[in-house]
Amino acid sequence: MSVYLLRRVGQSVVLLVIVSMIGFAIVHMAPGGPLAQFTLTPGMTQADLARIAHQMGLDRPVPIQYWEWFRRMLTGDWGRSYRDNQPVLAIIAGHVPATIELMLSSTLIAILLGTWVGVLGALRRYSVFDYLATIGAMVALSIPTFWFGLVVIYAFSVKLAWLPAGGMFTIGDTSFLDYLHHLIAPAMVLALVTVAIWSRYMRSSMLEVTGQDYVRTAVAKGLPRRVVIIRHALRNALLPMITLAGLQLPTLLGGALVTETIFTWPGMGRLYLDSIGYRDYPVIMGLLMFTAVLVLLGNLIADLLYAVYDPRIRLG
Amino acid sequence: MPSMTPASASVDVIAAPPAPRRRMGRGVRRFVRHRLALVGFGIIVVLVLLAGLGPYVSPFNELTIDIRHRFGPPFSGAHVLGTDQLGRDMLTRLEMAGRISLTVGCAAMVLSTLTGTVVGVLAGYYGGVIGSVLMRIVDAMLCFPSIFLLLALAAFVQPSLLSITVIIAATGWMEVARLVEAQVRALRDRDFAVAALALGAPDRMIMFRELIPNAVAPIVVAATLNVARAILLESYISFLGYGIQPPVPSWGNMLNNAQEYLTSAPWLAIFPGAAITLAVTGFNFLGDGLRDALDPRLDVR
Repeated sequence: MSVYLLRRVGQSVVLLVIVSMIGFAIVHMAPGGPLAQFTLTPGMTQADLARIAHQMGLDRPVPIQYWEWFRRMLTGDWGRSYRDNQPVLAIIAGHVPATIELMLSSTLIAILLGTWVGVLGALRRYSVFDYLATIGAMVALSIPTFWFGLVVIYAFSVKLAWLPAGGMFTIGDTSFLDYLHHLIAPAMVLALVTVAIWSRYMRSSMLEVTGQDYVRTAVAKGLPRRVVIIRHALRNALLPMITLAGLQLPTLLGGALVTETIFTWPGMGRLYLDSIGYRDYPVIMGLLMFTAVLVLLGNLIADLLYAVYDPRIRLG
Repeated sequence: MPSMTPASASVDVIAAPPAPRRRMGRGVRRFVRHRLALVGFGIIVVLVLLAGLGPYVSPFNELTIDIRHRFGPPFSGAHVLGTDQLGRDMLTRLEMAGRISLTVGCAAMVLSTLTGTVVGVLAGYYGGVIGSVLMRIVDAMLCFPSIFLLLALAAFVQPSLLSITVIIAATGWMEVARLVEAQVRALRDRDFAVAALALGAPDRMIMFRELIPNAVAPIVVAATLNVARAILLESYISFLGYGIQPPVPSWGNMLNNAQEYLTSAPWLAIFPGAAITLAVTGFNFLGDGLRDALDPRLDVR
């Protein structure tokens, strides 16, 4: 187990180095760099611009810039934002909770609703409900998330006036209830995708399990259907879902980014979009690295959890 | 586990286990699936016809501004689907936007499928250092949510039809590469490939004449689902203003302005979004049906 863990961590570190190179290359090959914001300042001369570029270290060859950035990143210095000179790590840390809360709440909806739909679909396979759920999930995955956000705003904020159209708090109000009120719409929008995916996988997982011997044995013993479904089938069917949750992390993060931009939710997605508009290289790089770490960590934890909960799996 | 982008996730479901309670089950399932695939195909044909021929039939031009008739509601008067904030005919704009969005989607699919196939076949056939370097790059690119990658690229590249297509393809080839690599690695040691090698066929011949044709079924499925993905991505970056630039309409950039008029003219937001959903659903249905039809494992049972 510890050998396996070491190998997996080693692989992840190698991947992260490649990730950082790809990210750095993409960001720094871009035309119209961060200097563009200064060129419009009245009285700015070429000499001034050259001095700024030199002070920002942008006049050096990209590989050297990369090495400088990489060396500092390892020591925990992720640079400072070009926009407000705040340390990148602090900026990111300030935006992480909002995104995590959004992702967690929609995952919770997916676990509750998606499990129910998936299990029911598996138990009543080929029923009308099953077909509707199948088709519904596929259509749900075809709806652009940002457009669904607009539709939700139109329906629940404009027409019904039940929910706020964006933001995290009403100005001057910082109560938990107000926060929940603002969370409902974005969580619902992000949940469209997560519920669809979760229910599909839950259905297959459940079907897989109900064909197993121990379920047949439980039924043959004369256990009540309810007990068999929940204790024997569902518990085992939920196991592979741990891995799924880990693998779905990039999709979920991408969805969160889109949702945040529509609902002006102050998370990493909004920060990323703002930073891109501003050519804020250090923050963009920081966010790319941070998400990559999150994704790799998610996969690793999912694999480990799976091994912990399923004694048949031996990692080695 | 196979790829899991939002667009394709519903269909990557682990294959259903055998032992259906009713013998009819599989038949019914496959029939419904195929009917869904037909529905998907039908949707695509209709959309392509509308986008291709619609503008010739329409009395309006998609760029003609008619400020006196702006915000015309749909289903009333000469403009069937109403007019936008500049009085341009919505139906004609949707049709012209369809040309752009469908073209970008299909072109990006071709590009990403080609790239993914070439990378996958090289990595799978040669293995070793080349193989692991290529596949680690694939793994690394998959660590980013594709939207993050796409935005980073889109924001920094001068937007044009070609550049949008290329960057969408650049974020979508990795899964094809993974799939092809696994297929090729499995096929490489099969008798027909070994026989070709024994006959002295050059590597290039074995890869492109022997191995790829045998892996074509999953590639076709992935390609179909990739169109759906590409259309979704194009609409999102165009919506944000980094994609197709106005006045050329795309389904995504039509939504760009619609947000402002959500209260007074909701049809501006509803029609383009519905068009995207319809097109993406079409390709997802078709891809899912193709997977069922082409997956040899389903015939074994």
